[in-house]
Amino acid sequence: MIARVIVTPKPVVNDPQGITVKQGLASLGFREVSDVRVGKYIEVHLDSSNEHEARQRVEAMCRQLLANHVIEDFRFEIVKESRK
Amino acid sequence: MRFGVVVFPGTWSDRDCGWVVDQVLGGELRYLWHKDADLKDCDCVILPGGFSYGDYLRTGAIARFAPVMEKIGEFADRGGLVWGICNGFQILCEAGLLPGALIRNASLEFRCQWTDLVVERTDLAFTSKCNDREVIRLPISHGEGNYFADPATLSRLEQNGQVVFRYSDPTGRVTPASNPNGSLHNIAGIVNTRGNVLGMMPHPERCSEPELGGTDGLKLFRSVAEHSLKVLAS
Repeated sequence: MIARVIVTPKPVVNDPQGITVKQGLASLGFREVSDVRVGKYIEVHLDSSNEHEARQRVEAMCRQLLANHVIEDFRFEIVKESRK
Repeated sequence: MRFGVVVFPGTWSDRDCGWVVDQVLGGELRYLWHKDADLKDCDCVILPGGFSYGDYLRTGAIARFAPVMEKIGEFADRGGLVWGICNGFQILCEAGLLPGALIRNASLEFRCQWTDLVVERTDLAFTSKCNDREVIRLPISHGEGNYFADPATLSRLEQNGQVVFRYSDPTGRVTPASNPNGSLHNIAGIVNTRGNVLGMMPHPERCSEPELGGTDGLKLFRSVAEHSLKVLAS
């Protein structure tokens, strides 16, 4: 299985990278962009057959290391590995 | 007085800290390798600046798993002096020994410059040689020094007087213009409630000799040395 983890700065945390990218998009003419947040995408490959269990394990991974709860939110999905 | 200077892969200020302890202060020095699970009877452990483990994932995030960190946590619990400078501050936050986090500078730029800091606590082992509300001049050198904590944590820090250093102008006024990185409340350094774990972004080890443009940093090293003599005498 693969856990696709997305980590983003919390809404209350100022995200200077996001602001800069938003300004960049605006200067390219993408005026409809109202906000940009820059985060991380992490792929975790798991040797596990039980999705419920995998979900709990990935949740723990996010809490203990992949995200810093002070500044970041996380979300993830578990997908079956289609090819190696 | 024995200082321990921790060395992780990617640490870069270990020799600078060691030089000040050994050559300028005349203290006893031990380097503590990150794989050592032994603090070698040090009285004060310094976590120096740099890019431990290449700053992978987040600054300080991987260093907290080093064997030496477990011992440092126990040492701090017993009241031992732990002093995190720059990357060391980031590691202490990631390890949960200090509250909050250090995020990317608001400017997105790496800032390497002199800063003025107003000292708000002089009753600590780290700052006893400073005068109350004295302005000291130390350099910063970081890309992620922007202190963040949620509003509840921030107000608790302020109520407890845990803010030790704040970026200020040369007269000690805390202004937005004197904030080099976007830190909330101009925070440059904080201490835990017990007062034995200090984290700060500026580099005292880089201004402890006149040749380097200033000696304000040495006041902090001297404070720690004097504190430990007092502890020995008591």
